[in-house]
Amino acid sequence: MNAEPRLLEVRKNVLKQNDQIARVLRDRFRNDGIFVVSLVSSPGAGKTAFLEKMLTFLRCKYRVAALVGDLATENDAVRLARSLAPVRQINTGTLCHLEAAMVERALNGWEIGPLDFLFIENVGNLVCPSSYDLGENLRLVLLSVTEGEDKPLKYPTIFNSADVAIITKIDLARAVEFDEAGLRANIQAVRPGMHCYSVSAKTNFGLQEVLQFFVDRRSEFPQLDPALRSGL
Amino acid sequence: MALEEAKFRQVTIDAVHLDLGPLSGVVAEALLFSYQIACNGTPLEGSRLVIREVPIEVYCPACKTRKTLTSMQWFYCPTCGVPASEVIHGKELMITGLEVRDERRTTLAGSA
Ligand SMILES: [Zn+2]
Repeated sequence: MNAEPRLLEVRKNVLKQNDQIARVLRDRFRNDGIFVVSLVSSPGAGKTAFLEKMLTFLRCKYRVAALVGDLATENDAVRLARSLAPVRQINTGTLCHLEAAMVERALNGWEIGPLDFLFIENVGNLVCPSSYDLGENLRLVLLSVTEGEDKPLKYPTIFNSADVAIITKIDLARAVEFDEAGLRANIQAVRPGMHCYSVSAKTNFGLQEVLQFFVDRRSEFPQLDPALRSGL
Repeated sequence: MALEEAKFRQVTIDAVHLDLGPLSGVVAEALLFSYQIACNGTPLEGSRLVIREVPIEVYCPACKTRKTLTSMQWFYCPTCGVPASEVIHGKELMITGLEVRDERRTTLAGSA
């Protein structure tokens, strides 16, 4: 019996399975012409209010839908359904983030027809979602003016994994003595060149700019011949 | 966070070596803690998790070379100060090696 210890060299990405599913999803979204935007934030940053407005405005001209990850309740989905866009809830149970496989499962068997935009609202958490690619084209990180200007320095990883920062509840900025320049500088420190928008879902301030950004990004998106879309 | 290496049935795994980057979204202490729990009742029970922390390395477009960052809160080239957001290393969450002991099949070539 040989019990000599030895070192086996391996290179195995722990998140490889998620990354592979995310890649398949991304290809599928591109083939179907769906531009996918995911949202991450702390609980209470106003993600749902922001998304409700996005869906409401985009729905006038585009085919939109949303997937909402939540720990247990269905409150967010019910709220988003007010936008009249198709909304589906993903209950994550005890899991504090969405994974690509959960998105894939939620999409399979959801007969919503062709889409232009799909939004994926992640579970309220600034840590775990950063590791999981969901196949999205754009990842938004939202933070409200009440959360403190140093949030990007505390959670640099999520900012690094995201493409756009959305500062929410800007209507409260005065009341909480929010230092917008300070926050923007911290965002640029952890993610130089990051796009940053200040919005209020209450007053609609800044929402048009964000919508225009999505529409512009979608038009840069490599479009296939509609006849080749797998949905047809 | 679950780590499984169930395919190495012919060997006893003493330790799992892991490269961990600060941008992986995973904290070493949390991983060490959950590793013990995740391994209970599996062939990995009693094994060690050996974490090597990988520094953040970015590509500086001005210096045209790779640079190691000293802080994950400052994504600028430490030499010339130019914004450097192209991450080359630092997102790792990768198993790099397994310390094993052969138990039964001593003739079996173990390395892949
Ligand atoms: Zn440089």
